[in-house]
Amino acid sequence: MSGALQLGRSKSGQRAIIATVALVAILFPLAFDPLATQVNTAIYVVAYVMMALGLNIVVGFAGLLDIGYVAFYALGAYSIGWLASDHFTGVGGETGIHVLVSDLIASSPGIHLNFFLVLVAAMIIAAVMGALIGLPTLRLRGDYIAIVTLAFGEIIGRIALNGDEIPLGDYKLTAGQQAIAPVDQPFLPGVNYEFDSAFNLRPYYWLGLALLCFALFVNFRLRDSRLGRAWIALREDEVAAASMGVPLVRTKLLAYAAGAALGGVAGAFLGSYTTAISSNQFEFSFSIFVLAMVILGGLGSIWGVVAGATLLATIDRYIIPEVLDDLPSKFGLDFRLTQLSFGIFGFLLVLIMVLRPEGLFPERRRKIELTEGAGAADDSLYEARS
Amino acid sequence: MNAPTVPTSQRAAVVTLRAFLGRYGLILALLVLPVVYGIQDLSTEGDLTRLGANLVDGLSNGAIWALIALGYTLVYGIIELINFAHGEVFMIGSFAAAAFWGTIGLTLTSSTAGIVFGLLVTLIVAMLASALLNDMIERVAYRPLRNAPKLAALITAVGFSFILQNVGILWRGGGQQGVDDLIGQNHEVFELAGVVITRGDLLAVGVTVPLVIIVTTFIARSRLGKAMRATAQDPEAARLMGINVDSTISLTFLLGGLLAGAAGLVYALYQTNLWYFQGFRAGLIAFTAAVMGGIGNLRGAVLGGLIIGCIEQISDNRIGGQWTPVIVFGYLILVMTFRPQGLLGEQTREAG
Repeated sequence: MSGALQLGRSKSGQRAIIATVALVAILFPLAFDPLATQVNTAIYVVAYVMMALGLNIVVGFAGLLDIGYVAFYALGAYSIGWLASDHFTGVGGETGIHVLVSDLIASSPGIHLNFFLVLVAAMIIAAVMGALIGLPTLRLRGDYIAIVTLAFGEIIGRIALNGDEIPLGDYKLTAGQQAIAPVDQPFLPGVNYEFDSAFNLRPYYWLGLALLCFALFVNFRLRDSRLGRAWIALREDEVAAASMGVPLVRTKLLAYAAGAALGGVAGAFLGSYTTAISSNQFEFSFSIFVLAMVILGGLGSIWGVVAGATLLATIDRYIIPEVLDDLPSKFGLDFRLTQLSFGIFGFLLVLIMVLRPEGLFPERRRKIELTEGAGAADDSLYEARS
Repeated sequence: MNAPTVPTSQRAAVVTLRAFLGRYGLILALLVLPVVYGIQDLSTEGDLTRLGANLVDGLSNGAIWALIALGYTLVYGIIELINFAHGEVFMIGSFAAAAFWGTIGLTLTSSTAGIVFGLLVTLIVAMLASALLNDMIERVAYRPLRNAPKLAALITAVGFSFILQNVGILWRGGGQQGVDDLIGQNHEVFELAGVVITRGDLLAVGVTVPLVIIVTTFIARSRLGKAMRATAQDPEAARLMGINVDSTISLTFLLGGLLAGAAGLVYALYQTNLWYFQGFRAGLIAFTAAVMGGIGNLRGAVLGGLIIGCIEQISDNRIGGQWTPVIVFGYLILVMTFRPQGLLGEQTREAG
């Protein structure tokens, strides 16, 4: 154990650990059947880690407590629902609109864009909405920001749920609790390869892993960029940051947009994997679930967030439903553990906060003070302006 | 009018307009729904009975939200924490009330005197249950974090909210469940200008008004209330003056819990339908109410609760219940954006 710690301290040791983890992550699905539950779990884990990395930008780097993150999951998922399914049957006439799709889909009606184009669209849609949601929170202090983001998350969830009442031209905005399905699978036009979650899960996993690498890259580059330093300055002391020339509005909105974009990518990926977009997935508890990952790992610490998200996602997707689900019945209790999964997360949240509020792998640079300085700063700025 | 004065007067007009909107914009926004539907009623039916009925239902519902909102505002005033678990405390109060009246054998066939007396006892039991629960949460989840960043306590609050929801699931299952309509809440008592006042309406108002008066008087007049106000203003100075800050905070949570328990019983009798998620919904609505009135402000919380109750009823009745959360949260965002200090002004340390 102490040897491992020693190893973790030195730079080359860190590289070795990261390389090992990466290798294990890449080879992992080969150890199981192509349709194994474990691979299915791993795909969700990868997507959730991506979302946690997105939320980490908003909450961890910029210190803006966002508890409505599920909104971006929803936007990403609906992007692929709108742009890669039969939902808008009749758009583009009999033939529909097709861009770089497989021959199989080329004859079906509706809008069908290539998965990777949809990813870009999902990023843009989510980022724009993220900035819009950020707008009203600009002058607010910590916990008020949380409430506004929560309200937005709930509103978007409700719109998804009742979207079958909202007309959009001749169509409906969403399909409500009935899913928009089937959603197209990813397709690589150059090599003419189409993914298929019914036959082989491994390619999906590797695709997710590639997207995750992209998310990690974005996280690291942003953290070390001028913008990333501005976020950290903002989090530490808003007044000081503003007086050093950090543009508050732009910096904050960019944090919301960047975080949202990653959520949108993860949402589109999961939407395509599950091939059905229904409103039931987008509940408040999911926002808290993602937040719990970020906090468990350690706010702002990228590898910490990856670890926290992997742990919680595995507990949620595998350990509770597959391994421990019938535990209560073994003790003669009449319920299943899956019913209580959010209670278990609540318990974990309380436990982490009371015992180790800085998370499992806290960021080295400093302990995080989220709201104290920022709150006071907000008020005095507000007064100075008006 | 010569050229230079036009922009000046225009600018003056813009400034006046902005000041006007800043002060009254929220009130105008709140009046939109009743005014629009009032005009619609007048033109189609010729009277305002339907709107009146909406408002009466809204006020009774709002009375319940007001009781819960008081708990939020009390706690926020003193430790500046959004007690996310407060809605669940209310839910547990409801469940405890229903369980208790079941235990003492109150059913639809009980005698009137029995029901009245039994419900009085149930009210006390529900209030105590919620108060003790709220105090327990404070001790376990918030007190150890008194010196940690504020975010930490907010997250434990959310954690406890989930834990209590699951307690609710284990207690009464995951679905909605009806309870005995002990008081016949829909029974007409009298009619006022064509609007029917039911027993449920009277119950909601009859429980809320005395409780609000007692609590506000307690905080304004009693020694302990003075200690609470002192702690809210400046905990350090209060400690130096010999006030036990920890027990004062405990008292605040107890008071909030008492009110939430009372709201729980009224809700059970009024809605005659319980489920584990009612607390989460009610919590968000009541928090919106507290912010709308001005957080930390007791009268504001009551006013906000009543307003939100009316908005909800109008929206339920005219637009459709499935859109009500969107409307309520839309108002929450409007309030936060344009008037974060609320209608009556917030009373917190940060506001000064």
